[in-house]
Amino acid sequence: MKYTYYPGCSVSATANLYQESIDSVLPGLGIELEELDDWNCCGATAYMSVRELLSFAISARNLALAEKYHRDMVTPCSACYLVLNKTNRYCEEYPDIRKKVGQALEAGGLNYSGNIKVRHLLDVVVNDVEKEKIAGTVKKDLSALKVAPYYGCQIVRPEIGLDDPDDPQIMDELIRSVGATCVDYSMKTKCCGASLMGTDEKKALHLCKEILADAERNEAHCIITVCPLCQMNLDIYQSKVNSLFGTKFRIPVIYFTQLIGLAQGKSMKELGLGRLGVKISGEMKKIIEGA
Amino acid sequence: MSVRIGVYLCHCGANIAGKVDIDAVADFARGLENVTLVKDYKFMCSDPGQALIQKDLENKLVDRVVVASCSPLMHENTFRKTVERGGLNPYLFTMTNIREQCSWVHIDSDRTTEKAKDLVAASVRRAFLLEPLTKKEVPINPRTLVIGGGIAGIQAALDLAEAGKEVVLVEKEPSIGGHMAKFDKTFPTLDCSACILTPRMVSVGQHSNIELMSYAEVEDVGGYVGNFNIRVRKKARYVDSELCNGCGACWSKCPSSRVPRKGNVHEKLSLGPTTSIYMPFMQAVPAIPVIDRDTCLYFKNDSGACGICAKECERGAIKYDMTDEIVEFEVGNIIIAAGFKTFDPAKVKRYGYGRFDNVMTALEFEVMNCASGSTGGNILMADGSEPKSIGIVHCVGSRDSHYNEHCSRVCCMYSLKYAHLIKEKTDAEVYQFYIDMRCFGKGYEEFYDRLLSEDVRFVRGKVAEISKVPVTETEEGKLVVSVEDTLLGTVRRIPLDMVVLSTGLEGSETLPEIAKLCSVSVGKDGFLIEKHPKLGPVSTATDGVFVVGGCQSPKDIPDTVAQASAASSAVLSMITREKIEIEAATSEVDEDKCSGCKLCNTLCPYQAVKFDEEKEVSVVNEALCKGCGTCVAGCPSGAISAKHYEDRQIFAEIEGIFSGGL
Repeated sequence: MKYTYYPGCSVSATANLYQESIDSVLPGLGIELEELDDWNCCGATAYMSVRELLSFAISARNLALAEKYHRDMVTPCSACYLVLNKTNRYCEEYPDIRKKVGQALEAGGLNYSGNIKVRHLLDVVVNDVEKEKIAGTVKKDLSALKVAPYYGCQIVRPEIGLDDPDDPQIMDELIRSVGATCVDYSMKTKCCGASLMGTDEKKALHLCKEILADAERNEAHCIITVCPLCQMNLDIYQSKVNSLFGTKFRIPVIYFTQLIGLAQGKSMKELGLGRLGVKISGEMKKIIEGA
Repeated sequence: MSVRIGVYLCHCGANIAGKVDIDAVADFARGLENVTLVKDYKFMCSDPGQALIQKDLENKLVDRVVVASCSPLMHENTFRKTVERGGLNPYLFTMTNIREQCSWVHIDSDRTTEKAKDLVAASVRRAFLLEPLTKKEVPINPRTLVIGGGIAGIQAALDLAEAGKEVVLVEKEPSIGGHMAKFDKTFPTLDCSACILTPRMVSVGQHSNIELMSYAEVEDVGGYVGNFNIRVRKKARYVDSELCNGCGACWSKCPSSRVPRKGNVHEKLSLGPTTSIYMPFMQAVPAIPVIDRDTCLYFKNDSGACGICAKECERGAIKYDMTDEIVEFEVGNIIIAAGFKTFDPAKVKRYGYGRFDNVMTALEFEVMNCASGSTGGNILMADGSEPKSIGIVHCVGSRDSHYNEHCSRVCCMYSLKYAHLIKEKTDAEVYQFYIDMRCFGKGYEEFYDRLLSEDVRFVRGKVAEISKVPVTETEEGKLVVSVEDTLLGTVRRIPLDMVVLSTGLEGSETLPEIAKLCSVSVGKDGFLIEKHPKLGPVSTATDGVFVVGGCQSPKDIPDTVAQASAASSAVLSMITREKIEIEAATSEVDEDKCSGCKLCNTLCPYQAVKFDEEKEVSVVNEALCKGCGTCVAGCPSGAISAKHYEDRQIFAEIEGIFSGGL
């Protein structure tokens, strides 16, 4: 299965450990990614709310470039996923936007006819690869590992149709297919604050605290995410949460691809797990090493 | 012989004349071939308007009539009768719609006038080719079938029975009573539901004109208005209703339970005994128990290991070898009173129903309040203690484009009733989370006013979420309701002990099947479609089939009872007529052309086309056929034609539209 790959800026920089785990895990699942040539930043959700039309135009450029590959385009980042899908939907539903975006593309010698389906990497891994195939690559017994799936807001809301917006299950399913134990908790679709961390840190830290607290209350060893920004907020800022609220969270926040890699018996180094903010230690380490 | 067509143009006040230039259309019509007379009038459907047509016919000025006015749905029958009074066959009249399909839907006056001209030209061409048809009459069987034994079906059955007419009442549950039998009190009068319902249930059970078939389902409906053939499956109760006297010895010793025992108190809420042999509730009619085959040990063990109820029954009424019984009978009319179901709130994941103890549905709370229910009418939490605070969440599954767009009408009022009952029975604080208070009925607004002074907290806002994630200490161990209080303009988190979800009303599970059997349509809201939303609220597109109560739309008890009486009066008027005229514009199969492929048999929405095995051709039952033309269009051999809508008549109409009056 071959897809056009739109990495987005985060995985090329701050979240390069996500990229390393993707490179390490996907070939074993039969997923081949071909990077979109000459892609540009999608503008992320922040730009969308400042200059909507420009934001549509720059993300439509990526969609236009992708058309020559005649394949679905896959992105590992929730923000890219949302923005590219929103661009698709608005260009389809609003003739006025479609026209203006078309003019902008034309000025750059491009044209977008609306035929690119944008998918999240999680969608591809869960829905295009048979469960048995994923289970077949598992080498380690992670049944003692309690994993809390953290969906965040953007992959299920607004309703793109990937999963139930209130109670999504696809990551829960994935956790079970790699043999780990899935933790059911209430905060799995609550917002981590996203880019609010840059503008109103205290409020964002409060949001992160609630998610971490609920995961801990439900005895999760770790949290898995599908989004570089969610991962950064929950992981890198965990120590700030602790100092602000007097909590003692030590919950590693890893990417879903890293969890698959762990189950496949890949090394922490290969999966980029050595560079987490909150290191894998204690019980989780014992389970991984003992398995 | 030359044909003389009269064209009659209706102004419909300003409805048509305000947009269509009537004089221009009249001038145009005068120039059409075979038109010998054109008249216009302010309201053609009025007495003087009809008299115009009738007089011209009596004076033999015309022998074909075209009326250009509103939709035939509205007045085709009116004008057919006018034409008949004038001495002309009513099928030599045709109607063209220049209101709903013309003046009401276009903006530009000139072009609207042009369209009206085209439509008139089309009808004139069609009128030229019309043929006289003869209507048939069929007798009406005075017996009536009522499907559903809730308050709607009970009322309809009693009305008819009191008028001396026979009724067969079919109820799928072991007892009649429906939802109303589960209620403790009714709003806004707070009178006891059972006290007002039970006497009527008993009357149904005892009435010599009512044959009650409880624990039974209608399996097939054949025939047509006045002459329906019904097949009913009476499910095996495993208790002989002739022998049983309802003493209760059987269930008092039954060792197994039909209600899951594990889990919290809410799962156990039930009105009648929770044993496998049970009566649904103590006032059941008929007062005969039934065995739940799925949980009964006798059936589970296969070997007949238990058999305690049979030993306990002094009258030998327990019959484990009982089987379903099929009964067939004929009726003249059918009243569908199949009721509603409540929305399943588990679909709204963020409200936590099914995940959290003490989040319950309105109907569960209703049963909890019932004195004969398993908590004895006490409001208790899963752990058996009394709640200190209760929230009532309105519009769960109603007024929500994700689930049901419609307003369920009764929820505001029953929510107020709950608040009152909680205040009466406990010291708990009560919150109402509402979008709008809709207190539409007699005495309803007054009841709302009364509750406002009963120390109930009203928060205007749709609840976003019910969670168990505490943020503050006071939220520990509580259900936290997050809601935007739109009057305060702020988001609030309110910790509560118990939450009641005021679930909306939907058509019952069996409704689509019943609708199909009776050839009635189900709307996109899930309720049965009546003939006309204002003027035909109980009849349907199928003659002789009527709809009442919660299966037609969500409604309260007074409206349901009123509608049930309306339907029984409509049925009585049919029965009194003794005969009914059958539409003559039906389909006809040319036996020489029919290949016997049976495609039309499956296409017909009214089950009017059947296969004649002997002749090996399809035959149209004229009494059932509505003349919809589906079979005509579908027949691959072109063997079926529709009387009054023959191909040549339709082609002439199409030519008329494009003729430009030439």
